[in-house]
Amino acid sequence: MTGILGKKIGMTQIFDEKGNVIPVTVVQAGPCQVIQVKTVDKDGYEAVQVGFEEIKKLKRVNKPMKGHFDKAGVPPYRVLREFPMKDLNVGDVVTVERFQKGDKVSVSGISKGKGFQGVMKRHGYGGGPGSHGSMFNRAPGSIGSSAFPSRVWKNKGMPGRMGGVRVTVKNLTVVDVKPDQNLLLIKGAVPGPRGGYIEVRKED
Amino acid sequence: MELIRAVEEPYKREIPEFNIGDTVRVYVRVVEGDKERIQPFEGIVIARRGSGIKETFMVRKVSYGIGVERIFPLHSPVIEKMEVVRRGDVRRAKLYYLRHKKGKAAKVKEKDIFTTQS
Repeated sequence: MTGILGKKIGMTQIFDEKGNVIPVTVVQAGPCQVIQVKTVDKDGYEAVQVGFEEIKKLKRVNKPMKGHFDKAGVPPYRVLREFPMKDLNVGDVVTVERFQKGDKVSVSGISKGKGFQGVMKRHGYGGGPGSHGSMFNRAPGSIGSSAFPSRVWKNKGMPGRMGGVRVTVKNLTVVDVKPDQNLLLIKGAVPGPRGGYIEVRKED
Repeated sequence: MELIRAVEEPYKREIPEFNIGDTVRVYVRVVEGDKERIQPFEGIVIARRGSGIKETFMVRKVSYGIGVERIFPLHSPVIEKMEVVRRGDVRRAKLYYLRHKKGKAAKVKEKDIFTTQS
């Protein structure tokens, strides 16, 4: 697997050779520096911890984190994540050059918070008729049967907080890679607001 | 935002300057089977919307008594080339009112280039 951390810049569209419009998300990904290598002997599994977006003001780094960065001999980074990548050492840099046009990637991020939402928006319930005297408009309806089970099933869709959770979109295509600007153009939408941090992963 | 503009830049194409109300001739690439040919589409620009690479314009013409409107992405490679046939003099940004007009009433006044430029 190849993984990289990035920031969602926003969406736009580009044309392919045939003149079709392709919707793309512009992602500023990397460069990510390896901060820690986890090994089976020491940690029980293999992974590398990478950091993204350097923190320029050193006073913003707290002491425990400072110790972690100093141990690796790297500058402090704002976002740290682990990816199960091999053959990397502390201090190595992961860039978008590991990705190519046409690669299939999974993108994870924290989705936009939608606040307290009803069941139609949150769970896709059908709701009722909007007019003709109907008084059953956007309500959830029955939430279960009677004597059996005498309770509401677990995971029954109810109104509540929506969004603001980790979402992964799989099988997105990399449309273009711009190594000079550390940019990835990914077809379609990715989770989160503009400026949100995302993980881009590719199976090898 | 600047980054997005920078990403769009290489996909932009050179377009002649034109405004709402102008009559333009758009040479459209049409693919039929495995053959490709150029088809001109001439009409009045009745709307322009969007910005950057997403900008589109709408061309209206009356073909055999039937109104035909086509929306083109301004920077689309489907457009082989385009030329301005006539400059129009209009006071509106969207000429949707032309849809209800017929014959002479559906005409757009030509811009008097000599007086407007002086």
